[in-house]
Amino acid sequence: MHSICFQATGVPRSNYIFDSCSPALAISKPINLRFCGLRKEAFGFSGLTHSSSGRVRFSSRGHSKKVSASAESNGSPPKSFDYDLIIIGAGVGGHGAALHAVEKGLKTAIIEGDVVGGTCVNRGCVPSKALLAVSGKMRELQSEHHMKALGLQVSAAGYDRQGVADHANNLASKIRSNLTNSMKALGVDILTGGPQKVKYGKVGFPDNIVTAKNIIIATGSVPFVPKGIEVDGKTVITSDHALKLESVPDWIAIVGSGYIGLEFSDVYTALGSEVTFIEALDQLMPGFDPEIGKLAQRVLINPRKIDYHTGVFATKITPAKDGKPVIIELIDAKTKEPKDTLEVDAALIATGRAPFTNGLGLENVNVVTQRGFVPVDERMRVIDTNGNLVPHLYCIGDANGKMMLAHAASAQGISVVEQVTGRDHVLNHLSIPAACFTHPEISMVGLTEPQAREKAQKEGFEVGVAKTSFKANTKALAENEGEGLAKLIYRPDNGEILGVHIFGLHAADLIHEASNAIALGTRIQDIKFAVHAHPTLSEVLDELFKSAKVKAAALSHGPVSEPVAV
Amino acid sequence: MQTQLGSAAFPRLLRRSLSYIPSILYSLHSLLNLFHFFRFLSNSSPQSQKHKEMASPFLSNTTISFSSSLSSSSLPRIAPSIPFSSIRSNSTPRRILTVRSKIREIFMPALSSTMTEGKIVSWVKSEGDVLSKGESVVVVESDKADMDVETFYDGILAAIVVGEGETAPVGAAIGILAETEDEIAEAKAKAASKSGASTPSAPPPAPAPGAASTPAPPKSTPAPAAPTVAEGPRKTVATPFAKKLAKQHKVDIESVVGTGPYGRITPEDIEAAAGLSPSKKNVGLAVVVETKPAAPAKAPAASAAPSSLPPPVPGSTVVPFTTMQAAVSKNMVESLSVPTFRVGYPVTTDALDALYEKVKPKGVTMTALLAKAAAMALAQHPLVNSSCKDGKSFTYNSNINIAVAVAINGGLITPVLQDADKLDLYLLSQKWKELVEKARAKQLQPQEYNSGTFTLSNLGMFGVDRFDAILPPGQGAIMAVGASKPTVVADADGFFSVKNKMLVNVTADHRIIYGADLAAFLQTFSKIVENPESLTL
Repeated sequence: MHSICFQATGVPRSNYIFDSCSPALAISKPINLRFCGLRKEAFGFSGLTHSSSGRVRFSSRGHSKKVSASAESNGSPPKSFDYDLIIIGAGVGGHGAALHAVEKGLKTAIIEGDVVGGTCVNRGCVPSKALLAVSGKMRELQSEHHMKALGLQVSAAGYDRQGVADHANNLASKIRSNLTNSMKALGVDILTGGPQKVKYGKVGFPDNIVTAKNIIIATGSVPFVPKGIEVDGKTVITSDHALKLESVPDWIAIVGSGYIGLEFSDVYTALGSEVTFIEALDQLMPGFDPEIGKLAQRVLINPRKIDYHTGVFATKITPAKDGKPVIIELIDAKTKEPKDTLEVDAALIATGRAPFTNGLGLENVNVVTQRGFVPVDERMRVIDTNGNLVPHLYCIGDANGKMMLAHAASAQGISVVEQVTGRDHVLNHLSIPAACFTHPEISMVGLTEPQAREKAQKEGFEVGVAKTSFKANTKALAENEGEGLAKLIYRPDNGEILGVHIFGLHAADLIHEASNAIALGTRIQDIKFAVHAHPTLSEVLDELFKSAKVKAAALSHGPVSEPVAV
Repeated sequence: MQTQLGSAAFPRLLRRSLSYIPSILYSLHSLLNLFHFFRFLSNSSPQSQKHKEMASPFLSNTTISFSSSLSSSSLPRIAPSIPFSSIRSNSTPRRILTVRSKIREIFMPALSSTMTEGKIVSWVKSEGDVLSKGESVVVVESDKADMDVETFYDGILAAIVVGEGETAPVGAAIGILAETEDEIAEAKAKAASKSGASTPSAPPPAPAPGAASTPAPPKSTPAPAAPTVAEGPRKTVATPFAKKLAKQHKVDIESVVGTGPYGRITPEDIEAAAGLSPSKKNVGLAVVVETKPAAPAKAPAASAAPSSLPPPVPGSTVVPFTTMQAAVSKNMVESLSVPTFRVGYPVTTDALDALYEKVKPKGVTMTALLAKAAAMALAQHPLVNSSCKDGKSFTYNSNINIAVAVAINGGLITPVLQDADKLDLYLLSQKWKELVEKARAKQLQPQEYNSGTFTLSNLGMFGVDRFDAILPPGQGAIMAVGASKPTVVADADGFFSVKNKMLVNVTADHRIIYGADLAAFLQTFSKIVENPESLTL
């Protein structure tokens, strides 16, 4: 039997330390904040007084928190815990889990060392959507051709940088307060803390302990900066800085052409910057379905003020100083030979995100992170080095690295809550949609065509591909936005949807019909009878499903439900 | 559906791939080179002699540091194989060591006394081109003019150290000239060391001893380290959109001079090179309102602008100075250190106007007449032709060189009529015409714009009646000439008449020229203008 105890220290951004917490130990070593770590109880306190539960210590000044979970087999009454569930990290994942936990009747607390909302709300999806909304409008207003075709006349469009930046910031604070209020309203305890509260208490002394039966790690991620790159926050920046839009450089290099890089290229080019992409792989947008990627490149890259270097690593990036521009040294990704040197006004590092799990003290429960990611099974249960599950400890979101998307974290959190409330649940990650909010948008769910073909070869089934164009959609044409493609990858033998990829107007909103179908296991032969309002963009998907050729054998099963007159 | 999409995509792809075809670019490039060459030929003929005199100091005459560093290391070892005696008979022993590989540096020339650095406008020749003595190699922009720099030696342009659009301090090596093909590789290595190492004295990668014994590496396969390093300095930096435009309009990007930050080629540069007016889109994008002082990332572009400046007015655009404009700006600020004063004088011009009508058919201009009149007056008042160089002494100039301010393509230049007191009016007029043409073509030689001892500025043709000129640094006085206008005058007898009167206003350095001096000079000038017969003598 052992107990687990977490301690949150007051470093900026949440930073938590796991601790074995026999009360005696906790008190005897109160000074060193980092002393406590999650570990197997060394001197098995057989529990004369606290045998059945661990504890969460929570300092009232929010400086240091200790969270403990009971051992699996303690069989103690829930009464002995302060909470049924404690979530570390109040990002979108933690928020989703907390809300669902309350709905399920769990007494829930959420711990945040920084601000509520996490990356998505404060430094990610939310403020970037504000910038992208501006860039979309700028793009429309600047496109004389587009305006003329609609019969509109607009004089030169301009923008106020600070105004745009404020919009993004205001949106983030609004969503943040919405998030906070929604949790408070439901009775989730938000235990916030940070260095600003240190003065209220004795440094390092855990004067409050909170206990919980189950613990979810949802500490998220931070921008990943490869070594050799010197981030100064002004001319060499990460998405954290870029979202503040403190400047619009004339020429910015974006390292990495994934979602983040692509979205920022959309923002910057709309605001008048020129962009150079630096991509380590041989083609841009490596994560996307190749066909969608090609089309996206034709629409989002080639006609814009963007050029790119592929198959190269940026080994060294020096910020602008001493009258010199930002200097980027490139080497060939394969031969490692120096290839080129770029001189630009700014560089945005969008090489992905690294999990923020340092200092959790996971090694003390025998858990070793893999490149920082907390290893979990398909139910988000944390796995230790021996491959055993750590009881009552879960990890969701970017910290486990399964799918680094805000809504994936939330879905994982909900899945965990389902499990701890007694209903087994496994999240189907292939049903989680993803979207890139460029103009037009890109969205996808499930497998890409190469992935599907690989799987098909392994498992011995056939792959069908159907495509429809936005050019044939009335609503898209009415908006004069006919550029776009929807692609369906499916199994002709049984009508299973393997993947859907959309590039076009409002693609991010359109994908859910497909992702829901995958999540619910709806087959093409069934969904093709669903009715779509006319004229709407959703008819692109309607047409897509209808154009799929499902074999007659599958059809013989017929629609699931018999027609019922209502 | 698929075919529809495919057909839309195909032409775009095809167009793109077409523009990649190297032969088109290549032929375009060679055409451009030819163009440069002919331009140079036509320009150089009248003053080719002068060009050579000008250019010769810029090519290092003595053989260079490369060989000296070589001599210390590798030469002694190969000495036995060299027939010393025969060489010794031709030249001094010291030269034997240095002359062995005739690799010469092409230096950034000093085109004017004020020039500290120069910008390479274009390389007329490219690497590997064979040069013969007197040929134009490179065009350099100084603070006043674009100048062709010629080679003083036959040889091969082995390497370009300072690329187009880049600047180099006066005296810095901008290119390497090899005498024979065998030396190209060594020259390239030298160029690499020039550009690679910050200290010019850094020894080049030791070449194989005895260049003659090793087969000359073919031009296409230079030393392994060479490609990346040697191409570094001549690398053209162009923004993504500039590259796209260049491809679209088939502009050879290497031939474009960048005017953007850090000398990079901007879309505007390409548009200018392609002869397009800036696209409307850019104008739209330029409407950027910055409510805060210049953002950090933009700060380097704004260079020396003091941070205390108010934010730009919405819709304003910032256009950096050209080299000429920067020189004007620098001179104007410098002029503030000189204590100046002004004296005005009305001059009756009826006689001058009559003379002008008479000599106009012979090609005489009003500028020449005024310059001649000023020069003749200055001959009588050498003090006004003097200058104060150090704040402690008078510098009397032996020649009377009248600089005349000319507005030219957004710039200001002062071609100089040398010895204006000695030349007759017709020669002076002819000279003036030449100078103006050369100024327009940016072909003025340094002594043709910086040797003035007195400046004349005339805005009379615009109807300006009087104005105030700023004294250029290094001169004693400047005369501002207004328009000649019919004016009612009463003479000593009380008779009214209408005479053409012109107001001249002289600004002078009061450290050397005092009020009475200037008044006396103006009186003389007025007399000459009122009795202009002497001008034609």
